[in-house]
Amino acid sequence: MSDLLQTLINTLALGGLYALIALGYTLVYGILRFINFAHSDIVAWGGWLAFTIASGLGFLSGAPGFAMPLVMLITMAICAAMGVTIELLAYRPLRKAPRLNVLITAIGVSLFLQNVGMNDKLFGTRPTTIVPMMPNTELFSIGKVPVRLYDVLTIVLALVLVVALERLVYRTKMGRAMRAVSFDERVASLMGINVNVVVSVTFALGSALAAAGGILFALRNDLRLTSDSTWVLLGLKAFVAAVVGGIGNVRGAAVGALLIAFVEVFVHFYITRFFSGTEWVGKLQDVYVFMILIAVLMWKPSGLFGKSTVEKV
Amino acid sequence: MSKFALHADRLSLSFGGLKAVSDLTIELPQKALHGLIGPNGAGKTTAFNLLTGVYKPDQGAVYLGDERIDGRKPSYIAKAGMARTFQNIRLFGELSVIDNVRTAAGLRTRSGLFRTLMRTPLHVAEERAITERCIELLDVLGITDRKDEQSKSLPYGDQRRLEIARALATEPKVLLLDEPVAGMNSQEKHEMRGLIESLRETFDVSILLIEHDMGLVMDICEHITVIDHGVTIAKGSPKDIQANPAVIEAYLGVPDDSDPIADAGPLPEVAP
Amino acid sequence: MTHPDGPGSPRGPLAPLQDRVRAHLPNPGLAAGKSAAPFVAAIMIALLMEHAIGPAVGLTWTKILLDVGIAIVLAGSLNVVNGYAGQFSLGQAGFMLVGGYAAAWLTFYGQIHFFDICPSGVEIDITDGKMCDPSTIVVTKEAVTCALVDCFSGKGATGGFLGSGQLLFLAGCILGGIVASLFGLLVGLPSLRLRGDYLAIVTLGFGEIVRVIGQISAIQPKDPTEIKARSMTELLNNLGASEGFSQIPDYTSQGTPGAMFWVFFFAFLVLIFIYRLKYSSKGRALLAIRENEIAAEAMGVDTTRQKVVAFVFSAFFAGIGGALYAHQIQALDPKELGFQKSIDLVIIVVIGGMGSITGIVLGAAILVILPELFREFSEYRMVVYALALVVVMILRPQGIMGIQELWELSPWRKLVQRIKRRGNK
Repeated sequence: MSDLLQTLINTLALGGLYALIALGYTLVYGILRFINFAHSDIVAWGGWLAFTIASGLGFLSGAPGFAMPLVMLITMAICAAMGVTIELLAYRPLRKAPRLNVLITAIGVSLFLQNVGMNDKLFGTRPTTIVPMMPNTELFSIGKVPVRLYDVLTIVLALVLVVALERLVYRTKMGRAMRAVSFDERVASLMGINVNVVVSVTFALGSALAAAGGILFALRNDLRLTSDSTWVLLGLKAFVAAVVGGIGNVRGAAVGALLIAFVEVFVHFYITRFFSGTEWVGKLQDVYVFMILIAVLMWKPSGLFGKSTVEKV
Repeated sequence: MSKFALHADRLSLSFGGLKAVSDLTIELPQKALHGLIGPNGAGKTTAFNLLTGVYKPDQGAVYLGDERIDGRKPSYIAKAGMARTFQNIRLFGELSVIDNVRTAAGLRTRSGLFRTLMRTPLHVAEERAITERCIELLDVLGITDRKDEQSKSLPYGDQRRLEIARALATEPKVLLLDEPVAGMNSQEKHEMRGLIESLRETFDVSILLIEHDMGLVMDICEHITVIDHGVTIAKGSPKDIQANPAVIEAYLGVPDDSDPIADAGPLPEVAP
Repeated sequence: MTHPDGPGSPRGPLAPLQDRVRAHLPNPGLAAGKSAAPFVAAIMIALLMEHAIGPAVGLTWTKILLDVGIAIVLAGSLNVVNGYAGQFSLGQAGFMLVGGYAAAWLTFYGQIHFFDICPSGVEIDITDGKMCDPSTIVVTKEAVTCALVDCFSGKGATGGFLGSGQLLFLAGCILGGIVASLFGLLVGLPSLRLRGDYLAIVTLGFGEIVRVIGQISAIQPKDPTEIKARSMTELLNNLGASEGFSQIPDYTSQGTPGAMFWVFFFAFLVLIFIYRLKYSSKGRALLAIRENEIAAEAMGVDTTRQKVVAFVFSAFFAGIGGALYAHQIQALDPKELGFQKSIDLVIIVVIGGMGSITGIVLGAAILVILPELFREFSEYRMVVYALALVVVMILRPQGIMGIQELWELSPWRKLVQRIKRRGNK
């Protein structure tokens, strides 16, 4: 029973993490119809920027209560600005170009962020950790299961941000504009919507959420260099979550994230239970997510909540 | 032996809640020239898409000669002998004029990858025959002297002719022309009129035509089907159609060269 | 311009294609000659590279030329999928790895099994169940002693040109191609139905899956006695685990006899094939898919099937490229042949010109030679590449050559026309 509870908590926390990142993918895809390859690199930069700011402000050796929220807000703001800038410089000129071209550009941006981030003048290549700023204290326990700060923080933050985003997309004027642009960009602009502003806002939001995700991830894992595959893998899992939920759909991204987290946690749990001593299982964890993606794309490419749109011939 | 080159039997298709085509029946005899008309959004291009396999009908069947082809892939249907042009011209823009046609002609070759890589005698012969036939096709359509130019640099009227040449390169028994004279001036339309009529003899092909230019339609079509909102509202000879009150009511006759909604261009592509 | 009789003038029906084919059949002898001639030329040029140019330019430039040759094999085949068919494959490195493993398995274990020759080129004499260096056998009244073979030092390539070693290597390359193309079929069939960006991710995933499979394989035994004791099929699993497959016999590194020949033989083979493909109905069908897939399908091109064919073809030569690569650096580390390598190849195709043969030759040359020239700035290499990708996509998305070839550019064509006109006078 306590195992189940622990697994449930893990699933919710992991799902929350994936949801934050998946939302960035799904929002951008909904508006511009392309997979932002560079999104996972914003996540990485989020983690590293937080570390840099925290160490700069001296938070890594004893931090006051407001340290984490402050650092998080600053990082999210910086990443939001980064996202907007990248869109402006690299993607906007290609708004009318074939999708393939933007994809290649996105790969270029991704490589750029990775390699610049690795530079010693910036983040360097040695793994480090952000944990000292806010150690994972146990808050309370349910029965024998400890409920720790990181889990609570992740779940609460993810919940708050997802709900906030949902309200934004479905209940505000900007949200309506976003949905209009994602439905039909040309008609939306004919209706007086400033598409450029909508796109910038989308990137800002997605990048800010990615930053939050990066920080939360950094708390639970070592902060590895920006070109490390952990970030790529994280981004990939979040992307698959977005696809499973129906890419372009905000609620779908959240549900998809929970599903992917569920699979990961439960599969890991049972594999370690029943197949001990298999090193290769760990490696296989990296690829199972591709298999899920292929399965989804084969059977229901529009995902759970997406609608399959028909191309006009 | 079926007496119809193309027979569509009560085709229906819905998109979500919208019924795009209802109970459409088309009977196209050999070497006939029929028309399919209707106001904008009536479902004419959707009908073409149903016939050529782009969409699968919810109900109904399509027969090409004796063979039932509904539900098949467009490439299969092209091979079976039905070719089409597109309302919003879909040329292979970067390729030259003649290569556009040669690509379609490749359907009737028998050489596979190995023969291609090894340049076997059969492959060489087929390629030469393709070039020969395609130049003749371009001749018929009157666009030979631009054959090596990039097709996207062609003037609009010639692009439409090229689409027809390309479709004919697949050696079809049935040819579907989707607004072949849209955007042309009256001189060009006049030339196209004679050309389209003569295609039947030159290529032994039956033609189904979508057009908004009523003058042309009434002039050259032997039989016309009128649809509105997916429903067939009239069928008959041009004289019958012109006198039909339902048609007049639905249509009010669109003048030549002016179709603001069609001319606004294609909707942005929204793919799955 | 209208036809002199007017486009509407009635004429007899145009003869269908197959009716005309017989009239155009070439003289079989001539056709065979024309078909074979480029291959003969390829062999000649490869021999030239091997015996004249290699020695003339020295070892450093030989290495560069070899790298360019291998890049041509890899990028040329990738061009068929990314350039001609316009599909975005990011998994070329995966096929390289597969081909490399298959070829290395054959050459490394095979040498010992089939020829009793170990990679360092020493013939093994099994005396008393031991593997001996024959030159060290000492027979005395008491015993036969010998120096146990140190198998794994020095260069391979036994038997000289087209000797048993090189034939095994050739067989390894072909095996690599075949195995890679099987994987190409496996990956291509389900995923080529998908839209552009999804295909990119799936092919990326394939590359990663291959890497993981390589890493979970069993370790590579290095003791010839042990190798001899197990069968070749048993050894299929021993691909080196996470350390990778190492000490692969050297056939294609600079200074090895035959290296230039084999690399440039395959490079020219690929160039011949992609040239013939481009100027044929099959090639045009692929280009049509890239230009307008819906129209291509409507004109009878079975788009999914053709994409798979292109993919399998590309995988085949990627496998060969992987084999060449593996036998050059004499090691196969799954961690090296991943997404990064696939991107390197995509960059060559994109910058050279997607769909252009001269483009990828240029791209391969530039992207191999420039890093060599700017060795001091190697840590900025990826940053430069990344920026180059973005800038090229914004300013000149068709790359250097676009879809055109050098001989299709207008200055060239005007020159050819002038020569023709002079010839006609």
